Amino acid sequence: MTIIKRGFAALAAGALSTALAVPAFAEPVKFDFWFGLSGDLARVVDTLCKNFNESQKDYEVVCTSQGNYDATLQNTIAAFRAGKQPTVVQVYDVGTATMMLSGAYKPADKLMEENGYKIDYSDYFPGIARYYATSKGEMLSFPFNSSTALMYWNKDAFAKIGKTEAPKTWEDVAADLQALKDAGYDCPMAINISANESWQLMEQFSALHNQPVATKNNGYDGLDARLEVNKTKFVQYVTDLKKWYDAGLVKIKSKDLGQDMVQAFATGTCQLILTSVGDHGTVGRTQKEGMNWDVAELPVYAGTERKNSLVGGASLWVLSGKSDGEYKGAAAFLNFIHDPKTALFWSTNTGYIPVTKSGFDFMKSNGFYDKAPYKGREVAIASLTASEPTDITRGVRLGNFTQIRAEFGTQMQAIFANKVSVQEGLDALVKNGDAILDRFQQTYPGKTLP
Amino acid sequence: MEKRVTFSKWTIGILFAVPQLFLIFTFFYWPAGQAVYWSLTLQQPWGGGNIWVGLDNFRSILSNASYWDSIAASMIFAGISTGLAMVIALVLAALTDRQLAGSWLYRVVLIWPYGIAAPALALAFRFILAPEAGFMAVVNRAWPGFWDPGLDGADAMASIIIAFSWKYVGYNFIFFLAAFQAIPRSLIEAAAMDGSGVIRRFWDIQFPLITPTIFFLLVINITESFQDSFGIVDIMTAGGPANATNLMVYKIYSDGFKGLDYSGAAAQSIILMLLIIALTIVQFRFIERRVHYR
Repeated sequence: MTIIKRGFAALAAGALSTALAVPAFAEPVKFDFWFGLSGDLARVVDTLCKNFNESQKDYEVVCTSQGNYDATLQNTIAAFRAGKQPTVVQVYDVGTATMMLSGAYKPADKLMEENGYKIDYSDYFPGIARYYATSKGEMLSFPFNSSTALMYWNKDAFAKIGKTEAPKTWEDVAADLQALKDAGYDCPMAINISANESWQLMEQFSALHNQPVATKNNGYDGLDARLEVNKTKFVQYVTDLKKWYDAGLVKIKSKDLGQDMVQAFATGTCQLILTSVGDHGTVGRTQKEGMNWDVAELPVYAGTERKNSLVGGASLWVLSGKSDGEYKGAAAFLNFIHDPKTALFWSTNTGYIPVTKSGFDFMKSNGFYDKAPYKGREVAIASLTASEPTDITRGVRLGNFTQIRAEFGTQMQAIFANKVSVQEGLDALVKNGDAILDRFQQTYPGKTLP
Repeated sequence: MEKRVTFSKWTIGILFAVPQLFLIFTFFYWPAGQAVYWSLTLQQPWGGGNIWVGLDNFRSILSNASYWDSIAASMIFAGISTGLAMVIALVLAALTDRQLAGSWLYRVVLIWPYGIAAPALALAFRFILAPEAGFMAVVNRAWPGFWDPGLDGADAMASIIIAFSWKYVGYNFIFFLAAFQAIPRSLIEAAAMDGSGVIRRFWDIQFPLITPTIFFLLVINITESFQDSFGIVDIMTAGGPANATNLMVYKIYSDGFKGLDYSGAAAQSIILMLLIIALTIVQFRFIERRVHYR
């Protein structure tokens, strides 16, 4: 017994002394930052953390990759339930609604205000800020790695069919794909129909055309929102994609099949793809020698008044239940990331875009977008800021959205394998997706989104 | 004079059993009980409010058409992959058991696959079975559209069955070989002297003597095909296309961990547990009668 007692006493003393030691000896306050990027991108985050630690001596951020976005959220929830959560965590866009109802965070704008940082929130691109803000405009988390979807087109192949510009409408795309096919290209356009492609096929398409994904302004106005993609312009889009697939104009490319669509484009196998600006660097690094390619905004149907595209990526949340010292450190860290110089470092080393106007201007004035490998990335900003966000184009805020995206993948596969018609597949997506939303609403009775 | 501390038999029994009972309760019964509790509530992922819903979770799962698809897929997967893994291993073990020069090499080569972690194995098979690269690309060039696991559910199911049985062939092989080697040589030699051929000797002597092993492996293989397949599914097909390979255990994983629906996943695990218990009882009641224990 005495041994145990002594152990406890030692532990308590240890805890007490570390708690007291911080102010007394001015050792840096340590706090944890968990993120979901891996590989190349994780190394960039590690450098970012090192830069922050070297920029001042009061705080020390300990950055740990959790492998991917899913795992980061799972691990953070497990840690939170055990009372061992990190101070700052990176959560992907689709986790936003879940985070907002978690009651487990400290609003980022309050944190900054309490610690004396004045952040000009109007500096954020509105399309990015509104994705992470409450309906009243309070920023609950800070955008970190942001992207949007673009069209990548092979200039050499288009030159063969007498085109020097990327198609702007889906009608043009249809004509160009046929021309490319006739010119002997086996794969005019590549798509992927997995769960995550919901982002660019369903969500981006709907935003550009100002079409809702769900009722209640895409879920911003309540947990009782329900899907309605089975009766918007999206039906037309899937019908066309399927028609082009059947005619051999569109090929499905994914890693499971041997080559994903980014590889298929970079090697010159396929001539047109729609994917994140985050892949801009990868295409540049892995492209076939001497291939000419460029990016353009996603096409829209003729006669559409183009709206802003949606932001993708992840934001930084500060979790509740930490000490004042850790919160001070977290605030300093967020302020560091908000700095335009950090934006330049971040965007140079990844494909992500700057999230603030001042960051973008700083990069422009540094000539970033004139240099060879980065040229074209400004199109992403143009696409994100094509219009002032409407009630529908500020984002999609639905509970358990990961499961809804999985349902999207399932139904797209059923449609493309001719198991169901386009309308049947989309009806099933809405029916099963609504059941998921219903379940989320039951889990949080009486709660509303902030 | 002899000094001795005496315990009653009862106390000694308890003393020896306590550590194990403690572990069993901590690692088996407590989590299982927790799963039962979760399956009767709606759990908010971050903790906080848990709502008692009784059997609602079970009702909503069992009224979901895709869950029944998932049960059907699991049954097909378990049946075919267990059958393949056992028959191939049995044939290989029977062949290796004969006194062949260099048979030790066969044993080593066949035992190795079991040591490979499921994800590494699945990655290798994903490449081998990819329609546009590797071996199947050659087949697809000869017969365009022959192999398309990305859209064809049957092809995707075949992929995971191949990967899973390949792993368990190695495992089963070890047991079958041990069973064969435990059969006294004299029995087989006597039969050979009486003039019976290899096949005759196998069916009349070896096969009956290894039925306990066959039964044991059947139970293990079926149970594992329900529980151990999710790593392979996750990497090779992620449950697709169109839920064709969304096995029960993978659905639990994706709903619970990716979808953060802890209660729904807990209810599904309870159903899976009951199903495995039922299958095991059936096997012991009906198949074990045919087993000859020596």
